[in-house]
Amino acid sequence: MQRNWKSDWIMYSPIILIEAMINGLLTGSIYALIALGLTLVYGVLHIINFAHGATLAVAMFAVWGLNIAAGIDPYLSILLLAPVFFALGYGVQRFIIGPAAGGDDGNILLITLGLSIFIENALLASFGSDTRAITSDLSFSVVELGPFLISTPRLIGFAGSLIVTVILWFVMTRTDAGKAIRAVAKEKLGASLMGINVAHVYALTFGIGCAALAVAAGLLMPSFYVNPRVGGAFVNIAFTIVVLGGMGSIPGAMIGGLLIGIVESLSGLLLGESLGQIGIFIIFILVLLLKPTGLFGAKA
Amino acid sequence: MKLQGYLPILVVTALLAVVPFLSNSNTLYNFMVTSLIIALAAQGWNILGGVAGQTSFGHALFFGVGCYTAAMLQFHFGINAWLAFLMALAAGAGAGFIVGFLSFRAGLRGSYFALITLAFAELMRILANASEWTGGAAGLLLKLDPGFANMQFASRASFMWLALAFVFVGLLISRAIAGSRFGAHLVAVRENEDAARALGVDVLTVKLKAISLSGAMTAAAGVLYVQNFLYIDANIGFGAWISIEALLAPLVGGRGLVLGPLIGTFTLHGLGELTKTFAGRVPGIDLMVFAVVLICVVAFASDGMLGLLRRFAPRLAKRIAL
Repeated sequence: MQRNWKSDWIMYSPIILIEAMINGLLTGSIYALIALGLTLVYGVLHIINFAHGATLAVAMFAVWGLNIAAGIDPYLSILLLAPVFFALGYGVQRFIIGPAAGGDDGNILLITLGLSIFIENALLASFGSDTRAITSDLSFSVVELGPFLISTPRLIGFAGSLIVTVILWFVMTRTDAGKAIRAVAKEKLGASLMGINVAHVYALTFGIGCAALAVAAGLLMPSFYVNPRVGGAFVNIAFTIVVLGGMGSIPGAMIGGLLIGIVESLSGLLLGESLGQIGIFIIFILVLLLKPTGLFGAKA
Repeated sequence: MKLQGYLPILVVTALLAVVPFLSNSNTLYNFMVTSLIIALAAQGWNILGGVAGQTSFGHALFFGVGCYTAAMLQFHFGINAWLAFLMALAAGAGAGFIVGFLSFRAGLRGSYFALITLAFAELMRILANASEWTGGAAGLLLKLDPGFANMQFASRASFMWLALAFVFVGLLISRAIAGSRFGAHLVAVRENEDAARALGVDVLTVKLKAISLSGAMTAAAGVLYVQNFLYIDANIGFGAWISIEALLAPLVGGRGLVLGPLIGTFTLHGLGELTKTFAGRVPGIDLMVFAVVLICVVAFASDGMLGLLRRFAPRLAKRIAL
């Protein structure tokens, strides 16, 4: 497939490019939501949760299943699934990851890798490798914004991500639980001496990360598809965002998510479907090699 | 005393070598060849991830480089298979050196190193999938032309013995490293990098040697894959499956131990076949079992199967000098 770069650039009018950027920005806001959980868990527990993508795949299957079986609207299913996934995340951290890893960073990475392999293949065993989607009138509807056509589900996704971020910010800064989480992130030993139950806070953080995934799944499904391997694609994107924004930084994850959404959309437009993903990996490698602390990270 | 360390390797190899005389069923042959190829890839992983303690999540990079170097040299230039094999080894070592030079010099360790190896493998997967030179998404198909000179064999047993010979050489190299000064440096880097540096170990050079050797060995496994199946595409060569296999086997068998990868591979794939027999051919069921084994090993038996043997049968373990 030979490409003539010059003519490609001329071929795309500014309208198409800007439209791609806006759509990328909107998708990026959902990516940011996915990365938020990952970076929060890293910031507090100092672990990389490799099972993050697989958990998202489970949430997406749950949204799809509720829609197929009970006709529940994907956006409504968020209200049901967010608490369920919070409880799930809390339990997995408290009763599987925490005890099994014994506090070693490398071990946690391997345990969560094991979890992701298990979840992915359990989905494969139960649903097969088919790709599934929820199609409704909404899936293909667009909003006209001046000269630009913007996909409606993405616009709703953007609004949803913003709402969740505001809620999360409120929880982290205005509630006792948020204070405890920030205390443990800053100084684990000191926090435990002040009577904070660290294992509980760890599980709480993990639960919040999983609940954010349930929200992201509900926002994604109207315009996306799901299969057992979908988690792998998202986990790579989420890692890139987290590294780019700075491990553990919540504003970093937000801005990183939006940037990566734009990069993905543009490189997909300019390089085509299969080669388009390359932009994300190049950014990932370059950030790790040149500035592993990312844009907003404190220290490596 | 020095030779005693090589005795278990000889015994295990001899045991595996007689398998074709027991039965010539297709299933058994496929099981053996696949397991040996994975064991070799895992032995490569073990030098870097086990002995030197640098966990890689992306050994598919080296496997794929081995696959594609061998396949492309034969496909595009008609180069002799054995020569292509040697060049694939060099390419694997080179890929290891480049990744190591970039990431170790940037000071990446632990989870960061694991993630960047994954990213390199994915990068290559996308490139191999998109480029015409590598056959794109359709992959490359090599001509069937059995003969020793082409590294293809009409007899299935012969190919199994070839794979076993590769594994045997891999074991000898791993054993030689374990007993050498270089091996001691690797362990020092694993246990405490700063202390090793303080004692005068050139940490960067040691790590670079480890990753180059590791890359070459895993690339050799890739060549075996291509010579056996005569086909390669991006999702096989650079796919996550082999990264996971190469990492699981040493962890399950015994991380950093010479026989760990081989024992881990056969334990896992033996379990996988058993599960398939009992639970039917449900897709993904064997990997579910692998994942449970991995979590149990990390949680309860950090030295894997060989570690368990040491703990519960110390006499036996001592006799076979583990």
